Amino acid sequence: MPSPPLDAFIESAAAALDLPLDPAWQASIKANLDVTLRHAATVAEFPLPDEAEPAPVFRA
Amino acid sequence: MSKDFTWSTGSEIAAAVAAGETTALAVTEQLLAAIAARNPTLNAFTAVTAERARAKAKAIDVSPDKSKLPLAGVPFAVKNLFDIEGIATVAGSKINRAHPPARRDAELIERMEKAGAVLVGALNMGEYAYDFTGENVHDGPSRNPHDITRMTGGSSGGSGGAVGGGLVPIALGSDTNGSIRVPSSLCGIFGLKPTYGRLTRARSFPFVGSLDHLGPFARSVRDLALSYDVMQGFDADDAACVDRPKESVSPLLTRGLDGLRVAVAGGYFRKGASPEVLSALDGVAKALKARDVEIPQAARARAAAYVITATEGAALHLDRLRKQANDFDPAVRDRLIAGAMVPSTLVVKAQIFRRWYREQVLALFKDCDVILAPSTPVTAPKLGQQIFTLDGVEMPVRANMGLYTQPISFIGLPVVAVPVALKPLPIGLQIIAAPWREEVALRVAFALEQMGAVSAPRPNL
Repeated sequence: MPSPPLDAFIESAAAALDLPLDPAWQASIKANLDVTLRHAATVAEFPLPDEAEPAPVFRA
Repeated sequence: MSKDFTWSTGSEIAAAVAAGETTALAVTEQLLAAIAARNPTLNAFTAVTAERARAKAKAIDVSPDKSKLPLAGVPFAVKNLFDIEGIATVAGSKINRAHPPARRDAELIERMEKAGAVLVGALNMGEYAYDFTGENVHDGPSRNPHDITRMTGGSSGGSGGAVGGGLVPIALGSDTNGSIRVPSSLCGIFGLKPTYGRLTRARSFPFVGSLDHLGPFARSVRDLALSYDVMQGFDADDAACVDRPKESVSPLLTRGLDGLRVAVAGGYFRKGASPEVLSALDGVAKALKARDVEIPQAARARAAAYVITATEGAALHLDRLRKQANDFDPAVRDRLIAGAMVPSTLVVKAQIFRRWYREQVLALFKDCDVILAPSTPVTAPKLGQQIFTLDGVEMPVRANMGLYTQPISFIGLPVVAVPVALKPLPIGLQIIAAPWREEVALRVAFALEQMGAVSAPRPNL
């Protein structure tokens, strides 16, 4: 799977979340985000029924 | 000259104190001297509470109940994310050093001391527990007692080094993705990560609330059981702590293996493991007549744990990232900032997968009582080592030492980590049980210890 174009996303997300973004950090943040999104994609592509509930279930 | 207790187990110390063969103060002084001598090399401790320890030891020595205290005079130490009254809870960070001193001990410290144990200090750890190496940019690395040029593993690195290096018989640590089991493996000691929700986390600094566990390290299975037994019990101050009766395991250890069905995890849990890890695993599996079992979708479980960790950890630290980003360990900062940017849809997907995976794995326990797996893919890497090769693929050490531990803690299963005393470096295995069946994993660990198949090797320090 090719790496998604993340640089613009990182810059926008940092601005939206009010997070600092030193240009010197960007390559490392990008590498970490890329790995995390790849992991997330392998989970998200796994087919589960619409009724499957998340693990933490709120109890009133 | 009094007996040397620096390599004694907690149960041996408690028995000697109860019988009047020694005093809690004498044992405490011996261990404080060992810490003073060896800690400059091992860098396991970040604070030594010597005066408090002496006062507590003296109180035990004059207590009329000392013969009834299961941990009478047993020195112990805690990862520095546990609150210790009068000390700021740094959690391996620079930022938390500005916190006010804790006003009360963590609940588990109080329970250990009520049972007669003597707190001697706080232990080094990876920053905010987001770590598998035991290295710390602020305090320096904790060093492996079997080779001080190598990692202890993390994030409870000081806990591993202190117990493996003979500075304390028992330590407490935390395990979100493997931080008890990884240092246990690299330092050649026993560790217990109980069922999620079993031991209270009240007054400890969190990392990932939905995955955080606390538990003990020791050099014997009996010490794990003794400390675990005194720490059990409901606590409303931890939202995840489950209201269950105490289930003492110490009296059950000697029941042996009769009736227990043992399996060994294949597939994912063999891929990438070094030859010595596989040889240790196969030796123990053979001794226990284990049959093979496949844990389904373990790689995805690890991936989902990775996502939940990055995002929940980022949520915990969001404000600190905004205001004090330069005060973090850069490696931790960049992982957390990336975690803050992961879309919430993917986190929910990970939590949905988590419930599905739990049901699949619980079904395996209809046909077995414990599952064996490696704790780490390799023995202790060199300090500072960034990359290792697993199954022919180069990978970052820091993120991948927990390859085999993450799919297990992801669904909160209890695990006893046991050491195989390989030369020159030990290696650990996981004994995994169904939720709330700690006693089964501990019975298997105890039987292996009695057979001589697992043991904590004494380093030359």
